[in-house]
Amino acid sequence: MTAAPALMSFEEALERFDPALGLEVHVELNTASKMFCGCATEFGAPPNTQVCPTCLGLPGAMPVVNGTAVESAIRIGLALNCSIAPWCRFARKNYFYPDMPKNFQTSQYDEPIAFDGWTEVEVDGEVFRIDIERAHMEEDTGKSLHVGTSGRIHGADYSLVDYNRAGIPLIEIVTRPIRGTGDKAPLVAKAYVAHLRELLLGLGVSDVRMEQGSLRCDVNLSLAPSGAGTLGTRTETKNVNSLRSVERAVRYEIGRQAARLVDGERVVQETRHWHEDTGITTAGREKSDAEDYRYFPEPDLVPVAPDEAWVERLRAELPEPLREHRARLQKEWGFSDLEMRDTVGAGALHLVEETIAAGASPAAARKWWLSDLARRANERGVDLADLGVSPTDVARVQQLVDEGKVNDKLARQVFDGVVAGEGTPDEVVASRGLAVVSDEGALSEAVDRAIEGNPDVAAKIRDGKVAAVGALIGAVMKEMRGQADAGRVRELILEKLT
Amino acid sequence: MSDLVRRTAADLADALAAGETTSVELTEAHLDRIAAVDGDVHAFLHVDREGALEQARASDERRAAGRPAGPLDGVPVAVKDVLATKGLPTTCGSKILEGWVPPYDATLVTRLREAGLPILGKTNMDEFAMGSSTEHSAYGPTHNPWDLDRIPGGSGGGSAAAVAAFEAPLAIGTDTGGSIRQPGAVTGTVGVKPTYGGVSRYGLVALANSLDQAGPVTRTVLDAALLHEVIGGHDPLDSTSVDQPVPPVVEAARQGAAGDMKGVRIGVVKELTGEGYQHGVQARFDESVQLLVDAGAEVVEVSCPSFVHALAAYYLILPSEASSNLAKFDAMRYGLRVYPEGVEDPSAEEVMRATRDAGFGDEVKRRIILGTYALSSGYYDAYYGQAQKVRTLIGRDFASAFESADVLVSPTAPTTAFKLGEKLDDPVAMYLNDIATIPANLAGVPGLSVPSGLADEDALPTGFQVLAPALADDRLYRVGAALEAALLDRWGGPLLDKAPALAEKETVR
Repeated sequence: MTAAPALMSFEEALERFDPALGLEVHVELNTASKMFCGCATEFGAPPNTQVCPTCLGLPGAMPVVNGTAVESAIRIGLALNCSIAPWCRFARKNYFYPDMPKNFQTSQYDEPIAFDGWTEVEVDGEVFRIDIERAHMEEDTGKSLHVGTSGRIHGADYSLVDYNRAGIPLIEIVTRPIRGTGDKAPLVAKAYVAHLRELLLGLGVSDVRMEQGSLRCDVNLSLAPSGAGTLGTRTETKNVNSLRSVERAVRYEIGRQAARLVDGERVVQETRHWHEDTGITTAGREKSDAEDYRYFPEPDLVPVAPDEAWVERLRAELPEPLREHRARLQKEWGFSDLEMRDTVGAGALHLVEETIAAGASPAAARKWWLSDLARRANERGVDLADLGVSPTDVARVQQLVDEGKVNDKLARQVFDGVVAGEGTPDEVVASRGLAVVSDEGALSEAVDRAIEGNPDVAAKIRDGKVAAVGALIGAVMKEMRGQADAGRVRELILEKLT
Repeated sequence: MSDLVRRTAADLADALAAGETTSVELTEAHLDRIAAVDGDVHAFLHVDREGALEQARASDERRAAGRPAGPLDGVPVAVKDVLATKGLPTTCGSKILEGWVPPYDATLVTRLREAGLPILGKTNMDEFAMGSSTEHSAYGPTHNPWDLDRIPGGSGGGSAAAVAAFEAPLAIGTDTGGSIRQPGAVTGTVGVKPTYGGVSRYGLVALANSLDQAGPVTRTVLDAALLHEVIGGHDPLDSTSVDQPVPPVVEAARQGAAGDMKGVRIGVVKELTGEGYQHGVQARFDESVQLLVDAGAEVVEVSCPSFVHALAAYYLILPSEASSNLAKFDAMRYGLRVYPEGVEDPSAEEVMRATRDAGFGDEVKRRIILGTYALSSGYYDAYYGQAQKVRTLIGRDFASAFESADVLVSPTAPTTAFKLGEKLDDPVAMYLNDIATIPANLAGVPGLSVPSGLADEDALPTGFQVLAPALADDRLYRVGAALEAALLDRWGGPLLDKAPALAEKETVR
């Protein structure tokens, strides 16, 4: 790998250049079967067990379009305010790669199912309109595993290919260049992907698990001199697969490209690799000898011609738009504007919503996700959704707190265990022995000892200075190693002293 | 040679029904015939004696139990090696698929099995169905039973020769630009290309997906109709298959054989006669038209001016689709794998390159290069795009011709069988042999070739082509059977009776 390139500070770069963003998001649909055959799509199945002649590209096998995938594509298009093509075709994108069974990908080219849409995202109270160029259907490739120290194809000892993923339906959503974001470019990019995730979850068309690859993001970025109103040469950073990384990748590319441009170098039009660990991008394929995919209409498939009545029915059945949805939730939950904005900004809206649905109060759900859990996600450099804690877990922990079975401090230890993969909250409570002591006798003895050991504090309380009770509670909790219900301890102390 | 092998499939079906023979007996008779003559003819790439006999025994058991699976239950069939057959090698005549045994059956093969037809084996073909002579098979050419020094047509020369040499009563072919009909013409047999989508393509290793169509290869029109009924019909696994019942082809063949052509308008295609057609071919064609007139048909001349561009359009569309279809042969998952010489630790790409270099023959490489070029950015509109426009025009020519005629007719191929090797070095001369058959594939309409006699100058078979509108395959059978009946009258027996007897080798079992 070459030496790290020069970077310009983000602030300086934004003074001298206007960034333009473009985002290409691949969404794996959650259909029960693949795009062109009846194979199952379950994630994590043993390699090459969900395959058939069609998705393995065996000679003679033919594709048949998955109707549910078309329906999902149309619904996504409608939710993004796109026009739906009354007639469109699949095309073959021809290129050789070992994880492509047919050495062509059945995709859509110049006739996407959905096109010319828009959506809006909010960053720090400012609304940005994102124009959608197209949303088209295609099939996923197989998955190559390069075995060796490098982890990439170069330098691998050998490679394995799992075709379970080959043929899983994908929708590729492509924005038009997003301009005028200024220094908010990284946040707009992140907010757009978070927004898409919420929208897709609301539609129920995908699991949108970025860590499992069911939502994958390619980030295009270019810089133009401030105020020039032009578009510069762009790079395409592939597979930026977390919200956090989207933000970081944009920020990094702005600094890198700016440094090159002020040094009088040109930005090379190329695909770049994103390195999650180091937070940098490195050069991949150069695109100057523009790859020729020799697209032509897929002759094994008939055109897709969704009838108007069907499209209108799907439109009528769409869930409420995200903005209205959020407004309604905010009202229901009694969140302030700021609280709501923080929740959305953290990519936690859906998590909070599900936590509430699982029984927690809105305040508790927000508290856990936006403070303790957000801190953990940040420390680990992962998205909240990928932390390994589910909304059900959070609701259960809160329920344990409400029932007095754990206190806040113990609750945090329960989350330690859940994040560490030790099981459900109840399992962690059991295995770590985290339940608060509800043995009144033991508690009562501890309170007596605390009173004996702190006669001056006890005297103050007897004199009516109830505020001093905190010191005694602290002593009791210390003795009980935190495993006591602080409320009950307070009651006991006051019973004994007043 | 057992007399059984000379009988038609319809006769054999009757004999089975009457209990005069058994499927095992007649399957064995054909296997013996194959063993006796195929050393010279080389119609088969793979013979499945055990499998065929097992299916024959099962057929006999069904019949004994009074539950035959259909009219052809027990009548054996040969299948072109371009169709996937579970457990039977499928090479498409190419080295690159040597040793590949499909884990699944083509839908058409499933239908043959379900109808009880024992599969004798897989027939020879030009590599990936590219050719008009079967000389492009990587496993050596098939020889025409009429003259072993001549080509049996192509790409389905194996299926046609197998039927002509009495090695099989029935065979399956595939026709992308004439690969069923032209071999039929030059071997004195019957071949039918059904309407595009009439027979499932699932499991047919695609040459050009928008042109390919599988169909029957037989010795009589009625046999073709019987086989057509077995293999035709909608298949949910093939999106391009027609979701309609198979036209009443058997009924039409029987009706035609009765000889009444009154009210049928026969359109002679001006562009498919005259210059470029061998004298004897043209003479037999003209006589055949007269026989149909004698039977009551009305003859009109029709013009299809766009047909002159058909060959050019075909040789852009076909290679374009083929270049993409053949990309899957990359040594990664099945078939041949060749490691490049002198390269240590070759990359996947290097293995792909070496395998494709070694595994594909020259004609295949020629068409991959043509197709890759035609689809390239900057050339797409000029080549693939223009060719599609020609295709539309040819469709319109057909539509307007079918306004004044119920069927169109022409010679099937412009010449009789040429000598092996004669056109190998001249691809365009080879391509020209399909000049009369290609328009039907471009428009998706059905076509049939029926023997029309022997050319005076070389005493070799000539073919008469009938074309009908899409989904009106029954018209082919009505007209084809009428002409066949009239010609049989004139000849006093089947044309193949005039073919020289093949030397039979001692059968060693």
